[in-house]
Amino acid sequence: MTLYGILFYLISAVVIAATAVAITRQNMVHAVVYLIVSFFGTAMLFYLFGAPLLAALEVIIYAGAIMVLFLFVVMMIRAPSAGESAFAPIQWVPAAFFCLVYLVAAVLMAFRSPGMNEPLKMLSASPRQFALYVFEYHWFSIEVVSMLLLLAVIGALNLGAGRKAGVDEERSYRDKTPQSVED
Amino acid sequence: MIAPFRDILLLAATLFALGAFCAVVRRNLIMIVLGIEIMLNAAAIVFVGASLHLNNLDGQTFVLFILAVAATEVSVGLAIIVYAFRRTGSFDPRHFNLLR
Repeated sequence: MTLYGILFYLISAVVIAATAVAITRQNMVHAVVYLIVSFFGTAMLFYLFGAPLLAALEVIIYAGAIMVLFLFVVMMIRAPSAGESAFAPIQWVPAAFFCLVYLVAAVLMAFRSPGMNEPLKMLSASPRQFALYVFEYHWFSIEVVSMLLLLAVIGALNLGAGRKAGVDEERSYRDKTPQSVED
Repeated sequence: MIAPFRDILLLAATLFALGAFCAVVRRNLIMIVLGIEIMLNAAAIVFVGASLHLNNLDGQTFVLFILAVAATEVSVGLAIIVYAFRRTGSFDPRHFNLLR
């Protein structure tokens, strides 16, 4: 096994362990920080698979922007300290059984399919090659995605600003009809 | 030489299962959105690995779009979560059962 193979298995183990720890935390700040560790590992895997630009974007967008947004929301809202109520086993055991069946089938397929066993060769697409490819063959999708991001900004602003208008409407309504205070 | 494509698929399947478990079992809106993020990330790993396996840059292009969609989903989703929290004072999805 070469050095790159060892690195792949090492990083994969760290990613899976960090994710498994993250999804079982009760404290959401701990969960978000463990997920940042997991996404850094994913970025290294992307670099190993020959996508240096995507590795940088993964760190910038996933570990940087998205997780910090989660952190802001967790810290902005003082979460109720009461623990979550867990599901009863009768509710999740059948679901876990079906998932296990699918997982076994997927593992069997992955081990039996031809061409899956030879190790992949190292290749790398430089950011320049990747950008030329994207803007030659997928420029229309880039435009659609930019529209989507613009709509997300509008939607988030609308949701954040709608609250104050709602309060004012409610208050004016209550001032006009004081007998409906119990609502 | 790095690992065979089979191991990349197994890694991504494990991550996807962990994300689905988080999204289904946890009763906390923020943890549900985190589980969806983990699932998107697992899909991105498969795309980049397949891009190397098939020697084709389309997989990496798809990961670019997955990143954009994930950013969109998180911004709008967290705005909705904050709005819902201010209305009900809870993160528990069972408390969001009113249609007004």
